[in-house]
Amino acid sequence: MDFHDLTIKSAAELLAKKKVSAQELAKMSLDRIKQVDGKIHAFLYVAEKESMEQAKKVDEMIIADGENFALTGIPYAAKDNILVKGMQATAASKILENYVATYDATVINELNREMPVLMGKTNLDEFAMGASTENSAFGPTKNPFDLERVPGGSSGGSAAAVAAGEVLFALGTDTGGSVRQPAAFCGIVGLKPTYGRCSRYGLIALGSSLDQVGVFTRTIEDSAIILQQLAGPDPLDSTTLPKPVPDYSKNINSGVKGMRVGIPKEYFVKGIDPEVEAAVKNAAKKMEEMGAVVSEVSLPHSSYALACYYIILPVEISANLSRFDGIRYGLSSPGKNLEEVYFKTRSAGFGAEPKRRIMIGTYASSAGYADAYYKKAMQARELIRKDFVDVFSKVDLLLTPTTPKGAFKFGENSDPIQMYLEDIFTVGLNIAGVPGISLPAGQTSKGLPIGVQLVANHFAEEKLFTAGNALEKSLNLKLKPNL
Amino acid sequence: MAISPEEVDKIAKLSRLSFSEAEKQKFQQELSSILDYVAQIKEVENKTVDAEHDPDSINLMRDDLVFERESTQEFIKQAPDRQDNFIKVKSILE
Repeated sequence: MDFHDLTIKSAAELLAKKKVSAQELAKMSLDRIKQVDGKIHAFLYVAEKESMEQAKKVDEMIIADGENFALTGIPYAAKDNILVKGMQATAASKILENYVATYDATVINELNREMPVLMGKTNLDEFAMGASTENSAFGPTKNPFDLERVPGGSSGGSAAAVAAGEVLFALGTDTGGSVRQPAAFCGIVGLKPTYGRCSRYGLIALGSSLDQVGVFTRTIEDSAIILQQLAGPDPLDSTTLPKPVPDYSKNINSGVKGMRVGIPKEYFVKGIDPEVEAAVKNAAKKMEEMGAVVSEVSLPHSSYALACYYIILPVEISANLSRFDGIRYGLSSPGKNLEEVYFKTRSAGFGAEPKRRIMIGTYASSAGYADAYYKKAMQARELIRKDFVDVFSKVDLLLTPTTPKGAFKFGENSDPIQMYLEDIFTVGLNIAGVPGISLPAGQTSKGLPIGVQLVANHFAEEKLFTAGNALEKSLNLKLKPNL
Repeated sequence: MAISPEEVDKIAKLSRLSFSEAEKQKFQQELSSILDYVAQIKEVENKTVDAEHDPDSINLMRDDLVFERESTQEFIKQAPDRQDNFIKVKSILE
């Protein structure tokens, strides 16, 4: 049995048939981490002791109760901006280097009801600001398909850990594409649920009107299994909506016959790699062959999405990051009065990108500029949201590229604006609050994975899984890096 | 749109961040180019929708009940400076 070939579903079957134990699975995961993490640096913390203890508990429970769930004993990882009681949660920032979480995030609690095994915490761009993990204060993660290239970001550690076969799934966070873009770069499946579908309690906040927890898996089926656990209202996050949670695996094999799929014309802009464009067209053709009705559609305000995002997000960042002041937790630099403690702590603790965004956000929301920037961005947001709602009265799903091109080399996007352009096809969904999933659709001539993104209306994740599963099966890619 | 060194100083102060002269110059340039990019938002004309309120949003209320969570000690332990069950801060009045 090759651990790298396992999925949540296949591992759960092996566990149920007693062909493998939770402790054996955890050991395989740890061995793989020891074997490859020196090359890719996906993990900021490996929970060697805790994972083996948990796996032992799981095996005892399986023997005692004779019962196991979909996630029982499954090795996974969590991005280091998600709180797990007693473990570090650095957000890849010096300012939280010594912080230890005092409670579990709701998503961790939800998973724990089925007793999976947490193998550790993964790398990210500092405070989830970036598209490459190059902004991590603890060094970047490398793309398992090409060690000279980035894994994408900000959840690059989680994506690389799943792609490299270190764990069977990983949690990330997606504010503007931070799950879908690294999933595309690493040749795996990345889901961003609807805003309000899953709790963000215990996630270190970036942009509170945009943030969602996200999931990395090897298959669409596995993605549906995880969302089943995470979805639902949480009294501790008042943005979660009390909508019924459907059985996400129920209709996963029902196919795309008669499904209306829209290709937004605004997403084929100049600068898109012809190989990426060809992969999207090929995916559309496959959908058509399976009976979907594919047509061109329009999201007329798409061109404003990125500018809108890079105003709203920094404004929210400047507010959210004001809590890091050297008083309650994390780094504290001594000063002769309270204000000096603030200035010294924040200047020493934050890296360049958080500082840049705090400054932009402070500017765009300050007296005299808020009307020209923030208010305008909020108006654009409403138009962008309406574009999606309107288009979903005509089609069931959208099919788009996830990124304009494959993974880039370290240092290639050194200009901040160039890096921001990485999010061009993904930010619209966060602005509108709609769900999306990225799945592998091919490889470039250099062997780099290409991702396509499926988008559905608010709370219509079921359609993403049905269409994604059909597409995944018909493309039959099974991308695997050589490490 | 270029922003002036004085504006950089003002925003830095509001942000509770301090910069060296070299950093300030770099930030001035970077912030100007980012603001140039996002300034295209000014073209947006939207008089028909109320941008302040999402029409689908609802207020969610919960009872204000005491529930058990981590101990005060556990939480206070994360604070850089503390005494008994309190977090210590520098004096704000001279």
